[in-house]
Amino acid sequence: MSLQVQVVSAEREVWTGEATMVLARTLEGEIGILTGHEPMLAVLAAGEVRVDGVGGAAGITAHVDGGFLSVEHDTVLVVAERARVGERA
Amino acid sequence: MAGQLREYRGRIKSTKSIQKIFRAMELIATSRIAKARQAVAASSPYARALTRAVSAVATYTDAEHPLLTERENPQRAAVLVVTSDRGMAGAYSSNTLREAERLIVTLRERGVEPVLYVLGRKGVTYFRFRRRDIEASWTGNSESPTYEIADEVGETLVEAFQRGGAEGGVDEIHIVSTRFLSMVTQEPQALRLLPLEVVEGVEAPPSHEVLPLYSFEPDPETVLDALLPRYISARIFNLLLQASASEHAARQRAMKAAGDNADDIIKDFTRLANQARQAEITQEISEIVSGADAMTSAR
Repeated sequence: MSLQVQVVSAEREVWTGEATMVLARTLEGEIGILTGHEPMLAVLAAGEVRVDGVGGAAGITAHVDGGFLSVEHDTVLVVAERARVGERA
Repeated sequence: MAGQLREYRGRIKSTKSIQKIFRAMELIATSRIAKARQAVAASSPYARALTRAVSAVATYTDAEHPLLTERENPQRAAVLVVTSDRGMAGAYSSNTLREAERLIVTLRERGVEPVLYVLGRKGVTYFRFRRRDIEASWTGNSESPTYEIADEVGETLVEAFQRGGAEGGVDEIHIVSTRFLSMVTQEPQALRLLPLEVVEGVEAPPSHEVLPLYSFEPDPETVLDALLPRYISARIFNLLLQASASEHAARQRAMKAAGDNADDIIKDFTRLANQARQAEITQEISEIVSGADAMTSAR
């Protein structure tokens, strides 16, 4: 089982793919999301969202300027007005 | 006689050069429609995600939010008119402006004072010529709107809305823009943005799909607070992108028609020029013949 992750900015879909874990910073603190997480809507703080790839595949780090995160049925949606994605080793 | 021929030739030449401009503008518009439509498509995941999230919060909580509540006695309403920066797009701008005027009349009939917010140089000149007050205007990016502009417009409008009509702000927000239905049909539309009617719109999730019971982090009110302004900016952005696609489509059609008309004019003038040339030759011949005639009869 893996998570379906989508990073979306106002002007386009920035990144989409599979992941084992998503680490993000919400207004209340860091949150890590694994498969089977309960449905959730969280407001993100400006900062990085870490996405770990499946089976040792390189993950990504998305820089967001706030926005929100939604989780349902192992689908994670990171939505921010501006989002930038960088490769991570 | 010779003067007439020269005049026709001059007209043919100038019409041909204008036709080249029409043709170039038509080609540019055609390539930009595709780009503008791609921009609409590219922005839709964001809009969809926001719409979904907002309806989730609105459905599962009874969070009261000022942006969602109808005001009892609206006094002033913002009217955001989306027009183009340049002309040469047929009736594109005048159609939206006509729709805006219609909306303004209905607002006045309800006893609500309209406050104008204008996008695009054409709209600004229209209202300025009629000496109407414009509260705020943005120009110079009707052809390829960026999210920054939409966000700025959204923030301005939401700020005015939160101030309320009594304090010089507004109680309602309406938008007049052009909807891109297809390459050949674009239709001016007026819609009310705020207060939000239960999240309506094309992208609303299908009713058979039940939204999961979300937990909210930190709490529903904060989530809604963060979502709504973004939702509004995203709506405006989407409308701007559609308007720009419509503008390019309208321009392409107008330029095509203008080019075809130029063709007709060139054809007419070529005929007239040929006629004038013939007439000139005929006259010359008859002059020569009558001259020769006079010579022979004198001998």
